[in-house]
Amino acid sequence: MSGAVSSLSTPANAVVTRRAVTEAAWLRILLTALALAFLGVFLVVPLVLVFQEAFSKGWQAYLAALTEPDAWHAVKLTLIAAGLAVPLNVVFGLAAAWSLTRFQFRGKQVLITLIDLPFAVSPVIAGLIYVLVFGSRGWLGPWLEEHNLSIIYAVPGIVLATVFVTFPFVARELIPLMQEQGVSQEEAALTLGASGWQTFRRVTLPSIKWGLLYGIILCNARAMGEFGAVSVVSGHIRGKTNTLPLHVEILYNEYQFAAAFAVASLLALLAVVTLVAKSFLEFKHQRDRERATRAAARQEAS
Amino acid sequence: MSRNRVIPGFGLSLGYATLYTSLIVFIPLAALAASGISLGAETFWAVVSHPQAVASYKLSFGASLVAALINLVFGLLVAWVLVRYTFPGKRIADALVDLPFALPTAVAGIALTALYGRNGWFGQYLEGWWGFKVAYAPAGIVVALTFIGLPFVVRTVQPVLEGLERELEEAAASLGANRWRTFRRVLLPALVPALLTGFALSFARAVGEYGSVVFISGNMPYRTEITPLLIYSKLEQYDYAGASALGVTMLVFSFILLLAINALQYWNLRRQGGG
Amino acid sequence: MSIQVRDLRKTFGHFKALDDVSLTFNSGELVALLGPSGCGKTTLLRIIAGLEYPDSGAVLFSGADATFTHVRERGVGFVFQHYALFRHMTVFDNVAFGLTVRPRRQRPSRGEIAERVHRLLELVQLDWLADRYPDQLSGGQRQRIALARALAVEPRVLLLDEPFGALDARVRKDLRGWLRRLHDELHVTSIFVTHDQEEAMEVADRIVVINQGRVEQVGTPQEIYNAPASPFVYGFIGDANRLCGHAADGWAELAGLRVPAPEFGQSEPRQVTGYIRPHDIQLQAGDQGEGVAVRVESVSQVGAALRVSVRIPDGDTSLQVELPHSGGRWPFQVGEPVKALPRAARVFAG
Repeated sequence: MSGAVSSLSTPANAVVTRRAVTEAAWLRILLTALALAFLGVFLVVPLVLVFQEAFSKGWQAYLAALTEPDAWHAVKLTLIAAGLAVPLNVVFGLAAAWSLTRFQFRGKQVLITLIDLPFAVSPVIAGLIYVLVFGSRGWLGPWLEEHNLSIIYAVPGIVLATVFVTFPFVARELIPLMQEQGVSQEEAALTLGASGWQTFRRVTLPSIKWGLLYGIILCNARAMGEFGAVSVVSGHIRGKTNTLPLHVEILYNEYQFAAAFAVASLLALLAVVTLVAKSFLEFKHQRDRERATRAAARQEAS
Repeated sequence: MSRNRVIPGFGLSLGYATLYTSLIVFIPLAALAASGISLGAETFWAVVSHPQAVASYKLSFGASLVAALINLVFGLLVAWVLVRYTFPGKRIADALVDLPFALPTAVAGIALTALYGRNGWFGQYLEGWWGFKVAYAPAGIVVALTFIGLPFVVRTVQPVLEGLERELEEAAASLGANRWRTFRRVLLPALVPALLTGFALSFARAVGEYGSVVFISGNMPYRTEITPLLIYSKLEQYDYAGASALGVTMLVFSFILLLAINALQYWNLRRQGGG
Repeated sequence: MSIQVRDLRKTFGHFKALDDVSLTFNSGELVALLGPSGCGKTTLLRIIAGLEYPDSGAVLFSGADATFTHVRERGVGFVFQHYALFRHMTVFDNVAFGLTVRPRRQRPSRGEIAERVHRLLELVQLDWLADRYPDQLSGGQRQRIALARALAVEPRVLLLDEPFGALDARVRKDLRGWLRRLHDELHVTSIFVTHDQEEAMEVADRIVVINQGRVEQVGTPQEIYNAPASPFVYGFIGDANRLCGHAADGWAELAGLRVPAPEFGQSEPRQVTGYIRPHDIQLQAGDQGEGVAVRVESVSQVGAALRVSVRIPDGDTSLQVELPHSGGRWPFQVGEPVKALPRAARVFAG
């Protein structure tokens, strides 16, 4: 659902102009202070605390916690899971957006609802459904066992769970964008003799690149940070099926608080980078739009 | 059919999208539904109406409702301040609103637990001075759910507030309405669809949340055990049947919420489009 | 290249966009498809282009069936209503696009492409904009770039969808004349869609009037204006007074006005509707002479014409009359009785 509300197509900041009809100064200040206090208590303080706790035992303990083999393994597994889930969902997002915005067909609404579903489903259920299909007592469990394949409590299960929870991100970002852009640029390319692939690569892809990148960033953040779904299918085998968030949990439950927060600080850093990249993309997108409207206005005037 | 489509790639894109959606989403969810159905009505009912399960629903829904209400009020406030006022650091505050989307829930969970625990920055005062226990109590669950649902109301209300014509308020003012009346009679009605959508999104997210709650709740059956956690512990005991039954119940609820949200968003869009 | 369409039908759901349309477009001519919005004219253009396929019927290019030829292989140049320029490409790259997507063997060399693009940009008089992006151009400039892009692939036919629809009135006027001159220079068969009768009259060799998916009339602008084939065309092209009445013995009686109606020679009176152009009515001061006695309701001057509205006494019918006026005192005053005499009229049954 996050993709449904934090979309590129909404301008981030409106220009505030001085108006006669507004609140008294004291009320404005009070409301602003209240809002900032709320954001401070709920967002800033926890974020600061993560870094503070991470360094509570000093630099060396911090580095030791990060360079420990199990931590390293968790980093690698997290990169693998995100490295597979993100491209898979990008390809899917492009295919889904192309079919949903360029054609009319029956069952469209069903497909859209199915795409949204992973946002609405609890992460625990996301894990549960794969256990039911691939677990030792699941649909395919006996067959998998026979062929010596394991999905649950192994890397493939972690990747699957990650794919599920990040499933809608790219598609949800691209569908409204491509809907808004319409089909005429592609039609123009076709009249000029371009093939389907040329049209996609040279016309469609460049015009959706910022939206696509935005979706990828959000998808990646969730993929690297997913906890619940991955927790269900991982089996918590230390040094084997632990991703970074799971590693944080293990350390925390073992009362190694400083180490837990040290690993958590890596994830918090990822979150901060994600927010910066996201703001940058929004800023760029907004500037493009403003430039377009300004240019149009200038031409109207001349 | 294909003869009537000029834009290429219909079969390929729809075929791939459908196949992938079936494999990742539809078939596994169908497996859950099948597994729930295969229990038979009696067993199913016994699991989902077990007092421990009922206690977990009450907690999950109650805490989610409170958290969504907090977000409704403060989300409107934050959106209002971000759209209408200027202040230093506004861009940062605006970007920060999305932190709960970007911060892994486990990190949020341990940070909030440390913050509201007996020795935490907030906990030592809340618990030490006023005896108000937050961590390992229902209040802690509300805190965690407020955190993860925070962006929804802000992000749904913001664009609508930006799109509102200032003339509306000016007209109301020129007709003699004071600021509060203008807000209540002119602005609030226009924001209702967006507020409801944000509220529903925040609520839906909270009901399913696991990662941030599991650390701060303490997970005591009947007292601080939310439904997703109950499913999780049934799975750990290899009680697939029980987990499926509860899972189906939650899934049906999520689905209804999703449909409600879609209807709300449609209403919201139509309101925006119609001015 | 000549184009023929035969018995085209196309429906969208329950909406009939084209209902049995057959037309021939001659090689080298510039034809306007004219009609109100939603009449099917854009659908027809898109079917000719290959952006849409008909439910039944055929499209022939120089006599060869092209109904289901893919748009890519049709060799049409299409100018979209909102230009559909590639926003992320410069003007140069936009115009060059059609050449650069050709298979390697048919693709001109870089130098050739550059030369051809610059020649086209010169043709549309915008060579100096080659490095700009579409967002940085005015509407009229975008329009001409879109045209240059369409011409770059040396199309056998040029199709334009409301080419001036999105422009403001003055730019629109300039571009019309320019498009006509360009066509005279290139002589490529061109079809454009418009809902603006003035535009069609000024630019096109021939006009196809379309209404509700059917062809109402095909003809030169003069034919269409002087001899509208149906009540719809009469009402759509130019201004006309619409009057109800009866006809018998070769004459029609329209709200007191008597006009010849040779098509209605029968002796029983039949219900008819007559159309009279405002400039086909003569006014004479006073209550003497031929015609029907009317009273002046309002007078206004528009350019070199005087627009007089007169009321026929028995009934609520007003007549709009247009008279040439070269300045000086208005010959009629409000409230004055005058005589109105139609010089030409067209009567249709019903």
